[in-house]
Amino acid sequence: MSTHAATGGHLLGPVDQVPVGEGRAFVVDGDQVAVFRLRDGSLRALSAVCSHRGGPIADGTLDRQEVICPLHQHAFSLDSGCSSTGAGPLRTYHASLDDSGNIVIAFPPG
Amino acid sequence: MIGGGLLGLEAARGLQSHGVGVDVVHSGGHLMNAQMGPEGGAVLRRSVEALGIGVHTGSRTTAILGRDKVRGVRLRDKPDLACHMVVVAAGIRPNVDVAVSSGLAVERAIVVDDYMRVQDEEDIYAVGECVQHRGEVYGLVAPLWEQAAVLADQVTGANPTSMYLGSRTATKLKVAGVEVASMGLQGPERDTDEHIVFSEPSRGVFKSIVIRNEKVVGATLLGDSRKVAYLTQAFDRGLPLPEERISLMFDVGGPSEEAGAAELANDAQVCNCNGVSKGKLVDAVRGGFKTVSGVMDATRAGKGCGSCKLMVKQIVEWAADGTVEEEPSATYYVPGIPLDKPALMKAIRDQGLRSVSQVFAALAPGGREDARSKMGLASLMKMMLAGEYIDERDARFVNDRVHANIQRDGTFSVVPQMKGGVTSPQQLRRIADVAEKYRIPMVKLTGGQRIDLLGVPKEDLPKVWADLDMPSGYAYGKSFRTVKTCVGQEFCRFGTGDSTKLGVEIESTFQGIESPAKMKLAVSGCPRNCAESLVKDVGVVAIDGGRWEIYVGGAAGAHIRKGDLLATVDDPETVKLLTGRFMQYYRENANWLERTYAFVPRVGIEHLRSVIVDDAEGLGEQLDAAMQASIEDYVDPWRERADPFTPGQFRTALPLEVLPQVPVRADGQPMPQTEAGREAGDLRVTR
Repeated sequence: MSTHAATGGHLLGPVDQVPVGEGRAFVVDGDQVAVFRLRDGSLRALSAVCSHRGGPIADGTLDRQEVICPLHQHAFSLDSGCSSTGAGPLRTYHASLDDSGNIVIAFPPG
Repeated sequence: MIGGGLLGLEAARGLQSHGVGVDVVHSGGHLMNAQMGPEGGAVLRRSVEALGIGVHTGSRTTAILGRDKVRGVRLRDKPDLACHMVVVAAGIRPNVDVAVSSGLAVERAIVVDDYMRVQDEEDIYAVGECVQHRGEVYGLVAPLWEQAAVLADQVTGANPTSMYLGSRTATKLKVAGVEVASMGLQGPERDTDEHIVFSEPSRGVFKSIVIRNEKVVGATLLGDSRKVAYLTQAFDRGLPLPEERISLMFDVGGPSEEAGAAELANDAQVCNCNGVSKGKLVDAVRGGFKTVSGVMDATRAGKGCGSCKLMVKQIVEWAADGTVEEEPSATYYVPGIPLDKPALMKAIRDQGLRSVSQVFAALAPGGREDARSKMGLASLMKMMLAGEYIDERDARFVNDRVHANIQRDGTFSVVPQMKGGVTSPQQLRRIADVAEKYRIPMVKLTGGQRIDLLGVPKEDLPKVWADLDMPSGYAYGKSFRTVKTCVGQEFCRFGTGDSTKLGVEIESTFQGIESPAKMKLAVSGCPRNCAESLVKDVGVVAIDGGRWEIYVGGAAGAHIRKGDLLATVDDPETVKLLTGRFMQYYRENANWLERTYAFVPRVGIEHLRSVIVDDAEGLGEQLDAAMQASIEDYVDPWRERADPFTPGQFRTALPLEVLPQVPVRADGQPMPQTEAGREAGDLRVTR
């Protein structure tokens, strides 16, 4: 992992590490981040630790809107990190692809 | 005691408990004739007599005998009855003298209309036990409250259209130690009324239900009040009734309510997995949730084992008081595709769909993917298409992606296949070596006669499988799990058939078959049933004469149900054939996550027998062929250890967890979690 010169984001390497429709966990500047590759090819990133009981969010099942934690089925918006099932929100990160097909994670402002 | 109604019987019992010999003299033809018909009265009479209370029905008291003190009562056309005390509880009769002398319309009581206005009088109103409304005179307080509300609306002018249409009275009480509940009609009144009666006088149980136009319009229950709460609700609210009418009277296995929604205390815990009380459910309804699934999502009720779902549904319906919105999705196989199972399967076949993403694109509204539907669709399509299925791994739940069961700390449990629960020293040695090498925090025997290695990090799974060199036991999927067996004929001195061999063969044949919900099987070598075959999804019992009984739809988990006897057959080959045919029929027809204990009573054992054993619909060959295709498609998923299906399939997803969560003592026994235990755990960090 290195800091991306152009964007100031963190470079996590090739997007192929994350299968389509699934998530994988990464360490980004000390944070545990779950990166998801949606079926439309776009990326999303949330805190990798479920706010409910610490479940592995990267192991969750997802669609275009939400990811569902495998432990107790709490659902979180992939865009806002907010839960539709009453759990606390997850931190969101900005995930994108650079020109060489690498995952770039940027911390939200603040 | 003169009077064999509610109060009379209760008083008789009270006197008797003070050591007094009591006889009840009742002018009616049977006891409690205001609440129940003659058959119920006869059963009640037996129960009352069994308490040592004499009963004289059809006995009109004409005189009380004695000059200075009571010496007995005289009965019309019957011998005198000697006694030292007379208590009269012969019911109430309105005192209508004032009304009569005032010239009001009086029959049995003061006659009123639906506005509580006395007949033919503009400005005189009457309510209570002194009135007769539509021919009824009520002696209970509940109707009075309803009448009073209408009276208030009328005299204040608040609502001039307010009308009283009569009360449906339901009473539930204990009379002389016997549970009695009665509501509405005592018996059928029209030719088209349905009348369901169960009578077991020796136990003092009598149940009668009258149904009109699919609604309960009357019920009498004696000696067994378990279904009273439900029937009262059905009577009060006109709830839809189950097709199987017997379930109105008895809990016939499968999911059932334990107490009525209305009766449950507000702080009573309904969902025992997620700790949701009745009050929280009611609050959610008051807060605006109008569907059962909306309330479940908001409160988490029913999201654990699911065994409370029926109760949650009843409470929501009760709290919403008839304003629950129908959920069309209740009939969908999965929530994101608006089709029931037959329609979904037909659409998949007709359109030649081969993957879950193709199904969303073709059949979901707006082509919208739905995470909650993926697992159900993946299982269904694998069942339907076997080798033709395009296996998109994101459609699977994490357990099915990594072929192990996820635990609370994000580690996994590993259960190798141990067919029929039979193992060997070599296998045990290998398992022991693996447990030591990977410092497995807990080694446990499962309920299905296998060995569970708990607390394995995801990244260790492939290495653990390689060292075990045993196939997956499928202890994680919605699939065929295991066949439990007893010691069997080889060693057991009672064994009547080679059950162990059959159990191993069944497991070898059907290993890993996916299904709408998990399937646990058993084969027992004799009717002592040491493998608990009667409470399995499919349970087989060897009986004398070389024959085999096959039970289906049993359960002993979140629900208890004894399986239904599907067939008794002559040889193990037929057992295997019918087991496969039953499982295939279940796979093709059960709802997603519907266990056999719910499926079997839903479709009915007679129907299953005709389809599976008698082949009445000619489906046998087709079912056998479909099952055979699935069997031939089996591959041990643990083979993926050498060649992961997706990149990072076994990469850790929760890098910074303290492991193990169950600390290990020096003697290998888990110990209670303490701060010291936490510190002793490894800290694993991903890179």
